[in-house]
Amino acid sequence: MSENTKQNYLNHPKGIMSWLMTLDHKRIGLMYLFSGILFFFLGGLIALVMRFELAAPGNDIISNDVYNNAYTLHGAIMIFLFIIPAIPGALGNILLPLMVGAKDVAFPRLNLASFYIYSFGALFAMYTIINGGVDTGWTFYTPYSTQSTSNVVPMTLGIFIIGFSSILTGLNFIATIHKMRIPGLTWYKLPLFVWALYGTSLVQITATPVLAITMVLLMLERFLGIGIFDPALGGDPVLYQHFFWFYSHPAVYIMILPAFGIISEIIPVHSRKKIWGYKFIAYSTLSIAFIGFLVWGHHMFTSGQSVFSQIVFSFITYFVGIPTGVKIFSWILTMYKGQVSFTPPMMYALSFLFLFTIGGLTGIFLGAVALDIHLHDTYFVVAHFHYVMQGGTIVAFLGGLHHWWPKSFGVMYNQTVANIAALGVFIGFNGTFFPQFLLGLRGMPRRYATYDEQFVELHSYSTFWSGILGISIFIAVMNLFWSFIKKNKVDPGSNPWGGMTLEWTHTSSPPHPHNFEEDPVLQHGPYDYDKVIVEKTYKK
Amino acid sequence: MSGHDPNSPRHLKHYFHDVNQQYETSKFAMWAFILTEVLTFAGLFVAYIVYRSWYPDMFIDAHKLLDVNKGLMNTIVLITSSLTMALAIWAIQKNNRKLSVLMLVATFLFAFVFLGIKYLEYSHKFEVGQLPGEFYSYMGPDAVHLNNPHIFFSIYFIMTGLHGLHVAIGMGLIAWLIYSTYKGNLTSEYYTPMEMIGIFWHLVDLIWIYLFPLFYLIG
Repeated sequence: MSENTKQNYLNHPKGIMSWLMTLDHKRIGLMYLFSGILFFFLGGLIALVMRFELAAPGNDIISNDVYNNAYTLHGAIMIFLFIIPAIPGALGNILLPLMVGAKDVAFPRLNLASFYIYSFGALFAMYTIINGGVDTGWTFYTPYSTQSTSNVVPMTLGIFIIGFSSILTGLNFIATIHKMRIPGLTWYKLPLFVWALYGTSLVQITATPVLAITMVLLMLERFLGIGIFDPALGGDPVLYQHFFWFYSHPAVYIMILPAFGIISEIIPVHSRKKIWGYKFIAYSTLSIAFIGFLVWGHHMFTSGQSVFSQIVFSFITYFVGIPTGVKIFSWILTMYKGQVSFTPPMMYALSFLFLFTIGGLTGIFLGAVALDIHLHDTYFVVAHFHYVMQGGTIVAFLGGLHHWWPKSFGVMYNQTVANIAALGVFIGFNGTFFPQFLLGLRGMPRRYATYDEQFVELHSYSTFWSGILGISIFIAVMNLFWSFIKKNKVDPGSNPWGGMTLEWTHTSSPPHPHNFEEDPVLQHGPYDYDKVIVEKTYKK
Repeated sequence: MSGHDPNSPRHLKHYFHDVNQQYETSKFAMWAFILTEVLTFAGLFVAYIVYRSWYPDMFIDAHKLLDVNKGLMNTIVLITSSLTMALAIWAIQKNNRKLSVLMLVATFLFAFVFLGIKYLEYSHKFEVGQLPGEFYSYMGPDAVHLNNPHIFFSIYFIMTGLHGLHVAIGMGLIAWLIYSTYKGNLTSEYYTPMEMIGIFWHLVDLIWIYLFPLFYLIG
C-alpha cells in the first residue's frame, strides 16, 4: 500500500546519528521508553531474586549482605531510573505536543539534554552495581549512610544528576502546556493527561531541587564531615529525614499523577462516554500536587517527632484521600451506562481502579498515627506502596502503552494475548502482595532476608504468585514488541479506539516528523462523545 | 514545513508560530527556573533556621568571626553589577550595541571582584582553621567557649559556596553575552538571551542580599 510507505517520524530521517542527535520529542520519548523498560526489567529481576530468597526461611540463595544490596538497588532503580523518568519521559514526551497541537515541546534541545543527563546519571547507578552495590536502602537514612562502606556516593551522585533531568523535563512541559497550545484549546479543553502532566511537572520543578541539595549535603557529610547530620558533631540525623521526605513524599505524586492522567484518557475512550466531572478531575490533580507538600512527616511517625506534629501530619494526610476519591468516583461514573469494551487498555484501567483503591485505602490506615506505629517498617507498608506504585502506576503505564501503541508506532499487537497477560498481571499481582498485608499485620518486618517459621505459608504464596506476575509482565511487553517484528501495521489514518483528542483525530499513525501535516483546528472537546460520533477505524 | 513563513526572522524557531510566542515561552520558563533556584536555596535556609534555633548564642558569637567590611563591600559590588546588567539590556533595547557591551563587561568585572573578595575571605578562614565540620580547628580566645562553631561554618561555606558557584556560572553566561552582542547576534529586535541571563543575575544578587544579613549582621 502506498499510504503505508508514507514519511513518518520513525523512518525519516534515517541513520543512527539522526536518532542520537534528534530534537524530535517523539524520538526522545521512544529512547526514554526503551531505557525505562530496560531498567524496569533489571529492577524486576532483582525483585524476583529477593522473592525466591524469601520462598523459605534461612539464607537459601543469597547472603544477608547481598539481600541488603538487592532491596536497595531494586528500590533505587525502580524509582529513580524507571518510574519517575519513564512515564513523563516516554508517554509524556510522545503525547504532550500532539495533544496540545504543537510541532514540538517548547525547548527541544533542552529535551534532548534531559535524556542525556538521565543517561549520564544512570551510568553512575550502574557503576554502583558493578562496584559491589549499596546497602542503605533507597532512602539513604543517616547516620548509617554516612558510615556505610558501600557505594553511597556514586548512587547519590547518580540520583542528584537524574534530578536535573527531571527538573528540566518539568520546566519544558510546563512551558509547553502554558504557551504552545493551539488557538481555541483552552485549559478546560485540554485532555486530562495534559492536566496530569502539568501537576507532575509542578511537583518536579518545586520538589526536586530540595532532593538535589539533600544529596549534596549527604555527600559533603561523607567527604568533609560537615556535621549537619552527625549527632557526634552537634548535627541532627532526623533533619536528613525531613529533607529527604520533603522531596520524596511529593515524588510519589510525580509517580502516580501521570498514571491518573492515563486512566482519565483510557476510561472515557473505551467506554465511549463523556468523562464525568472533568473539572473535578483536573482540580483534584492540582490539589493532590499541593497537599502532597504538606504531609511528609507521616513517614517519620517513629522518628521522634512531637505528638503535636504527628497529629497535624496525620490529619493533613487524610486530606489526600479526598481528591483521590473524587477521581476514583468520577472514573466509575464515567463508565456508568457507557459502552464499555474489554480491550487491553481497558483491562489495565479496570485493574488499576481495583488495585489503586486498595493501595489508597491502606494508605489511610498508615496515615493514622496509632496504627502506623504498629505497622511501621512491616510488610504492610511494603504491600501498600506496591499496590500504589505497581498496582497503580505500572499497571496504568502498561495500559497507556497498549492504548497509544498503535498511535505511536503504527502497529497493532495481538489483543487476545494482551488481554490474557493483563489478567495474569492482575491475578499475579494480588497473589504476590495481598499476603504481604497479612504478613505485615502479623508483625513481619521489612528488609530481612529470613523470617520466623510462622510466616512460611504466606511468604511462599507470595513467592509463587510473584513468578506468575513476572511472567505475565514479560509476556505483555514482549507481545507489544512482537508487533514491531511482525510488522502488523495499522492504516496510517486509523483510530482503533475512537479517541477524540488531537493525537487521534489529526495525526497519522505513526505521526509525521512534524506531527501535523497542516495546522490542526480544534473541532470538539476531548471527550465530547455526547455530541460527536467518532468512528473506530482499524485496518490491517 | 507548514506554517513556516520565509519572511520570518532568522532567530524564530520553526516550532513557534511567531516571535512573540517564542519570547513569552522563554520568559515563562525562565521564571519557572528561578522558582527551582529559590527552592534549592530554600533547603539550605531551612538548615540555617534549624541550627540557629538550636544554637542561638553560638551563631551570634561565631558571626563575629566573619569580616563585615568585606561582606559589605561585596554587597555593594553585587548590587552595582545588577544595575550595569539592567543598563546593558536598556542599551540593547535602544540598539546601542557599544554601550551594551561596555555594561556587560562592567558586570563581568564586578562579578570578578566579588569572587576575588570572597577568595580573600575564604583563604583567611583556611589559614586560621575556621572550617566546616571535622576540619574546624580554630581555637582563638574569641571562640573557645563556642558550642559547635563548626556547624556555623559548615552552613556558611555551603551557602556562600553554592552562591559563589552561581556567580561563576553567571560570569560564564555573561562572557558569552559579551561575545554575542559584540558579534551583533543580539539586537533590539532580538535580545531574549540577555534578558533571561539578566533575570538570573538579579536572582544571584538577591540571594546574596539575604545571605549578607543572615551571616554578617546578626546579633
